[in-house]
Amino acid sequence: MEIVYKKPSNLSETQPNNFCPGCMHSTAWKLIGEVLDEMELTEKCVWIAGVGCVANAHRYIELDQFNQPHGRACAGASAFKRCNPDTFLFTYQGDGDLAAIGLGETISAANRGDNFTVIFINNGIYGMTGGQMAPTTLIGSKTTTTPFGRTAGEHGYPIHMCELLNTLQAPSYIARCTTADVPNVRKTKNCIRKAFQNQLDGKGFSFVEIISNCPTNWGMTPLESLDYIHDVVLKEFELGEFRCR
Amino acid sequence: MAKGKVEIDAEACKSCLFCIKTCPKNVLDITDAVNSKGYQYVVPVNAEECIGCAMCATICPDAAITVYR
Ligand SMILES: Cc1ncc(C[n+]2csc(CCOP(=O)(O)OP(=O)(O)O)c2C)c(N)n1
Ligand code: SF4
Ligand code: SF4
Ligand code: SF4
Ligand SMILES: [Mg+2]
Repeated sequence: MEIVYKKPSNLSETQPNNFCPGCMHSTAWKLIGEVLDEMELTEKCVWIAGVGCVANAHRYIELDQFNQPHGRACAGASAFKRCNPDTFLFTYQGDGDLAAIGLGETISAANRGDNFTVIFINNGIYGMTGGQMAPTTLIGSKTTTTPFGRTAGEHGYPIHMCELLNTLQAPSYIARCTTADVPNVRKTKNCIRKAFQNQLDGKGFSFVEIISNCPTNWGMTPLESLDYIHDVVLKEFELGEFRCR
Repeated sequence: MAKGKVEIDAEACKSCLFCIKTCPKNVLDITDAVNSKGYQYVVPVNAEECIGCAMCATICPDAAITVYR
């Protein structure tokens, strides 16, 4: 028998992956790792960490990396890529990081068309800090800062980052996907591959939003969180490729 | 003989149960056995039914499953 699936080379065999059970931050990293291996980019890439639960896995992810302050990953990435145009570069950011404190940096980098890739993990919550409302939190959702549920009047509506960025001229690739079932895991991997290829082809800013989960702060089992994505979250956040140049 | 084979890294498994629900052949389950972190890790309880489709490995967040076919 031949091996048909094995863990990518850039995820550690010895260092812990401290994401919670069933947290699909892990799935995102598994897919990024697979695509980097398949495109022979593992040794050539640098990634920039946003601030949030991604910090649970800094030692598990065996890739060259640096950190930016909360929300500033896209600003740091623009600077780094302009100084090192031959380095393959992606940022990895949560929704609190990218769509709240970093909203200005994200839109500005996208609008300039800076040639790097953004992996955006939309789990509808601030995971790391204990479950506060994020810009992506659904109307009615209870979080520690919206104990009676998010209301449009008090907190505004959920932000749709793909649709927002799709109003700009410069981005070359914009897609929203999810890792909540096997066919969608495969689609997500394809989206990551296309975004990475666009960067290699010099086409400019590429953006992959992944609808993810936070079983711990959603107060659900991992399996319940997958059902919640299918039954509720995807009704608000439409999947698909918004732009593919 | 089984068409496929899975090896599960018991220490990497966090007992999310995604693979158990996803496997089309009901190969996988948890038992009373736990790993060093206290998670009831997954084992191939019906190994002879495995077809090597890798759906379990595709859904596993923690890349804990190696698949052969
Ligand atoms: C300037 C600044 N403000 C606040 C924080 C505290 N902080 C750390 S992580 C985080 C939220 C992260 O949420 P998100 O980006 O959605 O990531 P997740 O943990 O959900 O993956 C906040 C507010 C910080 N580290 N720096
Ligand atoms: S707190 Fe939520 S986002 Fe953070 S690792 Fe746990 S499940 Fe994942
Ligand atoms: S490879 Fe397919 S049949 Fe075998 S355990 Fe995994 S999901 Fe089940
Ligand atoms: S999907 Fe992976 S981590 Fe989850 S129960 Fe199965 S082997 Fe364990
Ligand atoms: Mg978040």
